[in-house]
Amino acid sequence: MFEKILTKARMLSPWVLHFDCGSCNGCDIEVLACLTPVYDLERFGIINTGNPMHADIFLVTGTVNHRNKQVLRNLYDQIPEPKVVVALGACGLTGGVFREAYNVVGGVDKVIPVDVYVPGCPAKPEAIIDGVVLGLEKFRQKASAMHS
Amino acid sequence: MTGHVLMMIVAGLVAGPLLGGLIAGFDRILTARFQSRIGPPLLQPFYDVIKLFGKEKQVVNVWQAFCANAYLTAASISLVLFFLRSDLLLILFIQAVGAVFLVVGAFSSTSPYSQAGAHRELLQILCYEPLLIFIAVGIYLHTGSFKIEAVYALKQPLLLKLPFLFLVLNFVLTIKLRKSPFDLSTSHHAHQELVKGLLTDYSGPILALTEIAHWYETVLVLGFCSLFWTTNPLGAILLVGITYFVEIWIDNVSARMNWRWMLGYGWAMGITLSLVNLVWLYVR
Repeated sequence: MFEKILTKARMLSPWVLHFDCGSCNGCDIEVLACLTPVYDLERFGIINTGNPMHADIFLVTGTVNHRNKQVLRNLYDQIPEPKVVVALGACGLTGGVFREAYNVVGGVDKVIPVDVYVPGCPAKPEAIIDGVVLGLEKFRQKASAMHS
Repeated sequence: MTGHVLMMIVAGLVAGPLLGGLIAGFDRILTARFQSRIGPPLLQPFYDVIKLFGKEKQVVNVWQAFCANAYLTAASISLVLFFLRSDLLLILFIQAVGAVFLVVGAFSSTSPYSQAGAHRELLQILCYEPLLIFIAVGIYLHTGSFKIEAVYALKQPLLLKLPFLFLVLNFVLTIKLRKSPFDLSTSHHAHQELVKGLLTDYSGPILALTEIAHWYETVLVLGFCSLFWTTNPLGAILLVGITYFVEIWIDNVSARMNWRWMLGYGWAMGITLSLVNLVWLYVR
């Protein structure tokens, strides 16, 4: 019974931490567009927190390079379980057009485990919302695995 | 008599989280409507808190966990005392102890955001505590007692005798509810220059405790508001409703100010208005 309520509450209150991991800001602008009256993410209880310790879903945009991979790892470790990682945009997925550059490690999944990949250059707000909703399903599975 | 006391204790303990959570949900919807958004469901604050209880417990510091519990205890005791119509000064002091514990908890972590937030929260406490005492003194001058019981024995609403002190209470309310322009230390809006300020290092179940404690405090300060119209319940509800609506409106139309402005303006306006009201009560 309590388990059921907890699961429902989890699905209805995903707090998002958005990290720009060296993106061109295209995807970041789309992420912020989700909060505007047009898309109004808060309808689903989604809050864009600035604090990894309060977050449930980790939205990462941009390529990972050798300077910021520690930061990415650090932020991931600071998010309390259960957590879900959503990689956004072509760069976040594979490194995009920068993948050949000497300083680039590649996509987000080279450093931390990624649950949902949202393609696009930049990813559209609709796709981002879709990705987060898909992430919620993963979130539910992870949470129930944590309890059993 | 004992039965009545027990009932009031239970009512106080239950009303805090229940009313406080609903008020917070209503607040979020109204704020969203002000910004031409739809906003979250009414029960959103409850979902948030339940979810936080289900998160992994990351304790930065044992003291911080202790302080969060102490804050919740103090906030709930002060609301129960309010429901028991106890001594105003006692309620204010217990509430202040809780507020200080929250600050101590934030100070116990090394995060610079948490530290800066705690400093600002101390300044907020410094700003509103004297004003709250002035309100209690005003009620004493009028009724001859610090007991809330005495306020309920009045034949005329307190608002007619203490109009300026009511304005001062609104000022305190804005600080206490963490509304702009005084949401310096931490705010309900997700982002600010201090990340989450005071609450940065409180996380998971411990953050949930501070949230519930904040609900208790919200109900307590709105309860203070209702003391200004005790002659009929409808008047009290109307007064609290209008006050809260104005608070949300102010939150949405004003920017965040710095602590110098808050302390200067708060003390200059608050203390002057309080003294004018107190002198008028005394001379009359």
